Parts: sequence; C-alpha cells; structure tokens
Amino acid sequence: MKFIENIIKRLKPHFEQEGSFKMLHPLFEGVVDFLYRQPIRTRVGSHIRDSYDLKRMMMIVIISLIPCALFGIYNTGYQHYLSQGKSAGVVDCLIKGSYAVIPLYIVAYVVGTFWELVFAIKRKAPIAEGLLVTGFLIPLILPPTTPLWQVAIATTFGVVLGKEIFGGVGMNIFNPALVTRAFIFFAYPRSISGNEVWTLTGERVVDAFTMATPLSLGTEATGSIVDFLHAKGYSFWNMFIGLIPGSVGETSIPAIVLGALLLLVTGVGSWRIMLSVFAGGFVMSTVLNMLAPSPSSLMALPAHYHLVMGSFAFGAVFMATDPVSAASTNQGKYVYGFFIGVLAIMVRALNPAYPEGMMLSILFMNLFAPLIDFVVLRTNIRRRMKRAAE
Amino acid sequence: MDFKLKRGYNIRVEGEAKPEIEEAAYPGRIALKPADFIGLKAMLAVDAGDQVRIGTPLFKDRNDDKIVFTSPASGRVAEIRRGEKRVIQSVIVETDGKRSRDKLGLSRGKLSSTSRNSIIEILLKTGLFPCIRQRPFARMANPADEPRDIFISAMDTGPLSADPNLIVRGNEKYFQRGLNVMTHLTGGSIHLSVDGSRGDNSPAFMNANGVELHRFFGPHPSGTVGVQIHHIAPVRAARDIVWYCSVQSVILIGKLFATGELSPEITLAVAGSSATKRSYFRSVIGASADFIVGRNVENGPVRYISGDLLTGTNIGSDGFLGFYDNLITLIPEAEKSEFLGWLRPGLRQESRSWSYLSRLFPAWRFMIDTNRNGSVRPFVATGLYESVLPMDIMPLHLLNSILAEDVEEMEGLGIYEVAEEDFALCEYICPSKVSVQEIIRRGLDLMEREG
Repeated sequence: MKFIENIIKRLKPHFEQEGSFKMLHPLFEGVVDFLYRQPIRTRVGSHIRDSYDLKRMMMIVIISLIPCALFGIYNTGYQHYLSQGKSAGVVDCLIKGSYAVIPLYIVAYVVGTFWELVFAIKRKAPIAEGLLVTGFLIPLILPPTTPLWQVAIATTFGVVLGKEIFGGVGMNIFNPALVTRAFIFFAYPRSISGNEVWTLTGERVVDAFTMATPLSLGTEATGSIVDFLHAKGYSFWNMFIGLIPGSVGETSIPAIVLGALLLLVTGVGSWRIMLSVFAGGFVMSTVLNMLAPSPSSLMALPAHYHLVMGSFAFGAVFMATDPVSAASTNQGKYVYGFFIGVLAIMVRALNPAYPEGMMLSILFMNLFAPLIDFVVLRTNIRRRMKRAAE
Repeated sequence: MDFKLKRGYNIRVEGEAKPEIEEAAYPGRIALKPADFIGLKAMLAVDAGDQVRIGTPLFKDRNDDKIVFTSPASGRVAEIRRGEKRVIQSVIVETDGKRSRDKLGLSRGKLSSTSRNSIIEILLKTGLFPCIRQRPFARMANPADEPRDIFISAMDTGPLSADPNLIVRGNEKYFQRGLNVMTHLTGGSIHLSVDGSRGDNSPAFMNANGVELHRFFGPHPSGTVGVQIHHIAPVRAARDIVWYCSVQSVILIGKLFATGELSPEITLAVAGSSATKRSYFRSVIGASADFIVGRNVENGPVRYISGDLLTGTNIGSDGFLGFYDNLITLIPEAEKSEFLGWLRPGLRQESRSWSYLSRLFPAWRFMIDTNRNGSVRPFVATGLYESVLPMDIMPLHLLNSILAEDVEEMEGLGIYEVAEEDFALCEYICPSKVSVQEIIRRGLDLMEREG
C-alpha cells in the first residue's frame, strides 16, 4: 500500500499546475480519490461524518450486480454451445461468454470514461463515481451480439445526453444506462429485437439455428400460451433459472435475487420501489388475464410468468431503483414503482411491436417522477397551510 | 403526553463523560462571543483595559441597546478580538478571582413581581435575557414579543451530550423558581419534555409545577427542542413565535430571582475520545477551555469543540466555551489516508448504513475523527434524510427549495419549524457530504430578510 502511495506522490507534480499532464488532473484526482480516502477534515457544520459515502453506495450496487454479470457470461457461452448442438463444461462456457461480454465492458467503460473526463475537464471537477455503475450496467442490458461500434455510439449518447448535459451525476432525469439501451433500440433495432440477436453464434453471424426469446415468441402463440412456451422450452422454471437467450445480465432470477438482497439489506436499493414494481406488474397481468380474448394471447399469461420473463425483474431491482432518476419522496416511490410495473406488462402484452416494455416504462416513469413528487409535495404543503390558517 | 418517535439515530461514538461532578479550576480568562448569538450586530460597551465586575455589560445589541451581554466574571478586559470588517469576535476578560458583582439593587418586591414587563426588565439588565431563544428562526428572542408558549427540553440526545439530570442536580429549587418566573412571560403554557425511556429522571423535572410535562421516546434528534415543538404544538407562521431555553438557562434565571444576584455558574461536561478525563465540571459561562480541560487531553492534533459533535463550534485549544453550551468535546483531527476506504468490510467504522458490518453491533462505540469521509457531491435522493428526521417535513425538498431561494416553497415545506440542529443528523449521514446545516441557516436568514 505504501508502494502505491509513493507512486501517487511521484506522479502528482505531473498533474498539477506546472505539470505536463495538467489537463488530465480530474482523472488523476478521481483515481487517487478512488484509491485513498483522503484525510480531508470537516470545516463547517457537523464535526463528524458518517463513513458512508456515494462511492460506498456505488460499490454496493456494483457488487450486487456481480452475480448477474457472472451468470450472464456463463449463459452467453452456454447459449452459444447450445446453438451449435454441443454440450460444454462450465469453464468453456465462461471462456466463450467472456469473449463476448468483456469487450462490451471495455467499450462501455472506455467510452464512458472518455466523456466523463471531457466534461470533468470542462467543469474543472474530479471525475465522479457514478460512471462505474453506468458502465457496469450497460453490457448487462444489451444482447451479447451487439456490435461494439454500436455500443460505443450508444454509450456516448447515454452518458452525454442522458447525464452530462443535465450537469452530471445527481442532476440527470433519465437513467443513463437505459438511455443507452433505448438508443440502440431505436437507432439499430435489428441489434436488439427479432429472434437472431440473443444468441452468440459461430462467427457473430446468423446461422441456421436461431432461438427467440420467450417474449418475441409470445406474439406468435397458438393454443394456450403457457403450453406454447413450454413446448418451445420456456417453462416457468427454465425462465426462472435463466439459461435462456436474452440480454446478458437479465435472465437469471436467482442472480437478481442475490443482488436484490444485498441492495435491500444495505438499504442502498429502495424496497418501496422494488415492491411496488412487482405489485404493479402482478396487478396488471392479473387484470389482463381477465380480459384476455383467447388463451393463446400474451394477455392470458399468468402473472408469475410475466415477473420472471424478459428484463422485468432486472429492471425492477437495478434500474427502477436508481435514486437519481426515481421519484424522491417516499410516497411517490410507491406510485412511481407501481406504474412502472403496470406499464411494462401493458406494453408487453398489448403492443406486439414492442415485445419488451420494461425499458420504456422505466424511462417513461423517470419522466413522470418529478410530477409525482410535485403532487406529494403539494399535499404536504397543503396540510401545513391548513394548520397555519387555524 | 407521550410521543414515540421512531426515526433518528444515536451515533455510536466513544468518550461519554462519567456522571460525576467536579469543581473545575476557576478560569483565568473568560470570553463572550457575539457570534454565539445568531444575527447579532454587537456594539462594544467596554474598552480594552477596563475593569469589569460580574454583570457589567461587555457589549450590546446595535439594534436594541436594552439587550446587553454582561460579564460572567470580575477582572480586566484583556483583549477585544476582531475579525473581517472589524466585526467583534470576542471580548476577553482576565479574571481577578474575586467574583465581585455589580450591585443590582433588586428589592424583594421587585423579584417576586409577577408582571411580565418587570421580569423582562430584570432579565435584560442582568444579561440573562439572551438565554431565551425563539422559533421560528432559532435565534435570540425579542423582548417585545409575547410568545405563544415556552418550551424546555430536559433531555439532550446529541452525541456525548451533557445530561440535564446532572445539570439540575443541586439546583432543583432554582430550576422550579426559574419555571415560576417564566410562566409570567407567556399567556400559553410551559412545555417541559423529558426522556421517557429512562426511569431516573430528576424529580425536579418529573414533579415540576406549572408545566405541561411531555415524555419523548426515541433516538436523537428526539431531544432537540425543534422536534419537540413540532410534535407538541408546531410553529405555524413567521409570527407564530414560541420561546425556548435550556435547563441550564432556567436554573440561571431561577437563581437570579431567588437570590437577587447574578451568578453565572454552570455545569458542563468534558467528553470525547481525545479527552483523558471525561467528567462533569462546575465552571462559569464563557470559561476558557484550557482551564477546564487542562492537560487531560491526548497527544496529537485534537479538535476542541464547544457543544456537541454535530452542532458545536470549533474553538481551538485556546478557545472559550460558547454562551449556550454545556459541553466541551475533544476528538482527534483526521490525519491518515485510508487505502480503498470504501471497500472495507467496515467493522471499525461508525456508520448508520447497513453496508458497514459494524452496524450489526449496536453496543459498540467507535473512535471518530474529523474526517469528512468522502467527497462533496450533488444531492442524491437516497431516502436517508427522511429516515433520521422525525418530523412531518420533506428534508430533501426543503433543502432544494432553499438552494433555489424559492421563498413560497420554503414556507410551504415548513422552514419556520426547523433549525440547524434538527437537521444535523441529516448532515452526518449525508452520503454526498452536503453542508446541510449551513443551507438551513441560509434559508432561515433569507426568510427573515424577506419577512
């Protein structure tokens, strides 16, 4: 540890006022800040401060995503070998999966850091830790076959237009990782929809074998929807365990639950939001069940299927709970989460053009979060005004 | 009435004072600091070198020269410290140890008068009126106002704070006398709040006459008077004025009316992990810290705080006890950097967050230094503020409205009900390391100017 400290000391002058790398001072400061908690003393107000800070919070989010990331890497490899009709061991699957997923990570982080740095230099502020989470999320919500150049452009869009132009971490309206995914969805729809993209095949080329996600299949069902999915290999338990095609990190419910537990135990993720997203999804699917025109319709799919399919659970646990873009009042969080659940299932079941509604419904409710908070605030204000008039 | 508050947090910091009272060495120097009185513009009443006695005015309020601030000791004015723009920072008196007093000439009849005007006149003249503070705005009261109610908190839940039960020990009858005097200052009630969770509250509180007794349960900040007012009878508007004062102040006032003499003796605690002798001491208002602490302090850089860790003032080792304070807290200054500090399992760090393993051990006590523990960031709506503020107030949004200087919104969100101390825990737990208390004061100042 002493050794790293010495390196930092030696490097420091190069990044100061007179140094040749003074442009990169925000990067240097960010890295040092990341490695060491500096003995910066309190000056005004409270003399002591809780050990908890945003860095710790972000790290908890990243740790909670690790099970999803590991499972996603494994599953990517597993699906690859499955598509070729081979059975492969765990290590082979992990290696194959790493080939696909790690480049996504490298691109997301390199591009994200670049933009963060550009804005940090412009603002003369150290680079902030929010990027660590965004960069970790982006590969997990993309299909493993997404071309890297598209990831680069979408990350640029997500970080710059999703966050930086609002003023950086804490100021953004939308979740930057979701903006990234939405960009790919609308700009390069072939990379993120259809039946071909979810499986990493031989040479990143579509070959004869394609496997659709359960959600895109759902629109073509005949007979009972549940039986139809079963016949295609999508039983409830298959979808629960997550060895199915899908975006990298979103398929496995056990991995998501592990992450959710960490978020809930540490209080980093809002239980109010998670609970109400699932409640909203449950209520909406139950309502749709009653309205379903035929047993083959996606509307007839039982709630517990909906909740483990697609990115519903992943979105509820990791995306909807982003404290910056979610509703900020406790009461507002219930409303915000509930409508994410409702809208996600509604888009999914009623609109065949968008088989997955989770991303859009979270972005949509991000937009409405300030309005929800506004209403909650007004009730608080009205209560106080009434008392003042007594 | 009983109030059970759930939200809040008791910081697990080591260094509580032993519940024993000792006599501190009589201070060689004392000081009064205009900065202790929020918003005060002081006007000197003495010059350096003047002889003063207990009760001699040292400075006055420029806006109302009936409000005087009197010397708590006899001796010679040694120094008048000034800061930027020649603002008076402190008037320092070198004591002669004789404790000679200015004659007050208060007749027995005058002391037992129940007329509000006569009581206020005595309080003003003796310099005890500034003991009384008001809400909204949490600053010195205005003698021209008639408060709706008066609130006294006989529980101090702040970190390592001095126990009012020890402060009142031996002063029980003065405390009651003080309450009797104060009943004449308001047409409303005197609300006295005690910690409901302890069975050993002083009879001076439990059997106090002429008050409405309330019991508060729950962690800090249930003991701050602002939280208590909010639950008992909230402040509704800028002109809905209530007064409050500390148990110590009631005793000072009671003693004045009981004996006819001004005696500025107070009981204070010395606490904190850098204090090697943690105990209660009898001393006087404005005593210099080094006479109380002496050599009983750890080596290395130590922060001397008058008041508690959340709301106190950094006075330095040569500083003086604040006018309203009953506590000197000593903690080490932050010195070491910590490798990958945010990744530690966190068994040795105090934190309210369950991301630190230490949270599993509520009985542990931690050495906490003055490290800010992170970098300053914009607000993030983590929901943490709400969890430590036991009031029907939306802390994050109130703070945002203050930053936006949206006066109407601030009013609607309850700015009149709050003060720095109510929000101090929000500042402690804030993961973005925002200066919450400073923002609250900025908001209160703005409201006062606009009003």
